Amino acid sequence: MNALMNSLIPLVVLLPLIGAAGALVAGRRPKLQVTFSITVLSLVVLTSAVLVYLTDQTGGHAVTVGGWSAPFGIVLVVDRLSALMLLISSIVLLCVLVFSVGQGMADGDRETPVSIYHPSYLILAAGVFNAFIAGDLFNLYVSFEILLVASYVLLTLGGTQARIKAGITYIIVSLVSSMLFLASIAMIYGATGTVNIAQLSVRLGELPADIQLVLQIMLLVAFGIKAAVFPLSFWLPDSYPTAPAPVTAVFAGLLTKVGVYAIIRTETVLFPGNTLQTVLLVVALLTLVIGILGAVAQSDIKRMLSFTLVSHIGYMIFGIAIGTVAGMGATIYYVIHHITVQTTLFLATGLVERQGGTTALNRLGGLLKASPVIAVLFFIPALNLGGIPPFSGFIGKLGLFEAGAQTPSPLIWVLIGAGALTSLLTLYALMRAWSLAFWRPKREAHEEESPALDRIEEAPEETSAVQETKASPRIMIGATVAMVTVSVALTVFAGPLYSMATRAAETLESPADYISLVFPEGGVS
Amino acid sequence: MSASLVLILLMAVLYAGGVYLLLGRSMTRMLLGFLLVGNATNLLILIIAGPAGLAPIVADGVEPSEMHDPLPEALILTAIVITFGVSAFLLALIYRSWRIARADVVTSDEADVAVGGADSSIDDEESSEAEDGSGEDTEFEGRAEAKTS
Repeated sequence: MNALMNSLIPLVVLLPLIGAAGALVAGRRPKLQVTFSITVLSLVVLTSAVLVYLTDQTGGHAVTVGGWSAPFGIVLVVDRLSALMLLISSIVLLCVLVFSVGQGMADGDRETPVSIYHPSYLILAAGVFNAFIAGDLFNLYVSFEILLVASYVLLTLGGTQARIKAGITYIIVSLVSSMLFLASIAMIYGATGTVNIAQLSVRLGELPADIQLVLQIMLLVAFGIKAAVFPLSFWLPDSYPTAPAPVTAVFAGLLTKVGVYAIIRTETVLFPGNTLQTVLLVVALLTLVIGILGAVAQSDIKRMLSFTLVSHIGYMIFGIAIGTVAGMGATIYYVIHHITVQTTLFLATGLVERQGGTTALNRLGGLLKASPVIAVLFFIPALNLGGIPPFSGFIGKLGLFEAGAQTPSPLIWVLIGAGALTSLLTLYALMRAWSLAFWRPKREAHEEESPALDRIEEAPEETSAVQETKASPRIMIGATVAMVTVSVALTVFAGPLYSMATRAAETLESPADYISLVFPEGGVS
Repeated sequence: MSASLVLILLMAVLYAGGVYLLLGRSMTRMLLGFLLVGNATNLLILIIAGPAGLAPIVADGVEPSEMHDPLPEALILTAIVITFGVSAFLLALIYRSWRIARADVVTSDEADVAVGGADSSIDDEESSEAEDGSGEDTEFEGRAEAKTS
């Protein structure tokens, strides 16, 4: 069993990297390249599925890379949380890749230059997977850099003026967060003499409380920028919407969640005890409310979705701040739900953009008649994100509120209220978008003002320019249908999934479990 | 642990200058700021490593306590490589932006301006300056090639 795990865990990172090299070599032969990338990512999905099964049996496993035992060598650790994140992110990456292949086939290389796109995409995947299995802080920093550098390339694909402008903002903000992270690693190393997460879990606890607090806040700020938590979230709605639809989808689904994952690790393994509960609760409250108010004011579907993305990060911070097993379990389930649904919505918006020629709400109309399939594909994840039962959004939010109600305090009640309000406002924003874009007859979109548009300013010329409308190839619709199916499957299989998330949370709540994975013989100090 | 005061002062100056440059709107300044902040962080790691010692090579007569901790150097090397790669990419972006728009400044987001209403007069001035190509932050001469290409 251990030998199998030893060979499977590095494969998760190795396969996409080999795939990226292969895709780069095959740059002039698009068909070969596409086959290569899809095969590689499918293999990763299989590997992660096996890993989820095995870790749920054994509780997890740590690989010492190159045979150098911890804390001297690099360790790759897979516990239940890592395995779940690997599986869901590999599925999402595969579906989005298929979607973009469909788009590339239909449009040629103009929007997404294939020769660069595939290698960068696979390197992004390698970075995301590596972040989930990193067993020491510096390896986590390197995986952040891998995925960020790949994301810089993907965000500025084609090098148009709008993308470069968005790209610069994104790059500078990411760089600042990376530098903060690196500086915190330096200080943590100075204080403890190690970067191994399991060993840090022991040694950080021995530091004076004020030094612990400084280190914890530095890490949280660095990860908070990546996760787009409220005061640090302003870069996100400006930079994501300009990228090609599949790129935005994968960024929105995965990149912020890597930040959330790092926050979960910080708050459980590195700094257990939930010392910053009040701060995290206030930040979660502001993220929820301000994010969703931003979404309500937007006139463009992509920007509106970016703001709901920011807002819903608040739910995850809320769950982390509750700090109990129930709260953490609900957070893990919510992260999985949100990765799937947010990606699906952005893919569906990509289809809307092709069908309607724009994503500006004041120009779209009559899409229900033109394409009922897209209407359904947008409607289901929209209800899901808004938290309508029986979808997974409802289960996740209910779990969070329940966990909050078990450890009542006035602030937690305020947050439960804000969470319910955010859920309703999300539903309002998404349903308004749906009824304007799909339900409203086409001619109304050009003639009269709708009361729902009163509060929306005219969208700026540049972003609302109507492009030619294009039919969506089957392969793109197929990929979106697959994502919708996955999101519905999260509801159908909610029982086993939620209990696994709770088991993952139990492992997180006792750092001793994590330490015994890395140091099976004990003796860590 | 004792640390060199000169190194700490140098690090502080680099951080201060870097943050100041990063806050500007000119892309070239941001790049320079990033380089300064990056080097300041590398210095921080070096300071954390403590005073210099012998090379960490196992040999007769050398006690481990006399050796220098090699890990911070490894961290710095990795960080330098990453900084180098990212600066190259940033330079490419700046060049591309210059070719397309003759602009070296980052303008405000149009959608933010639209939602924000009239409060954006300052930003408009700056962005229109950039569009004329007469922005003060732009120190290059000559015409953009984008109009022709």
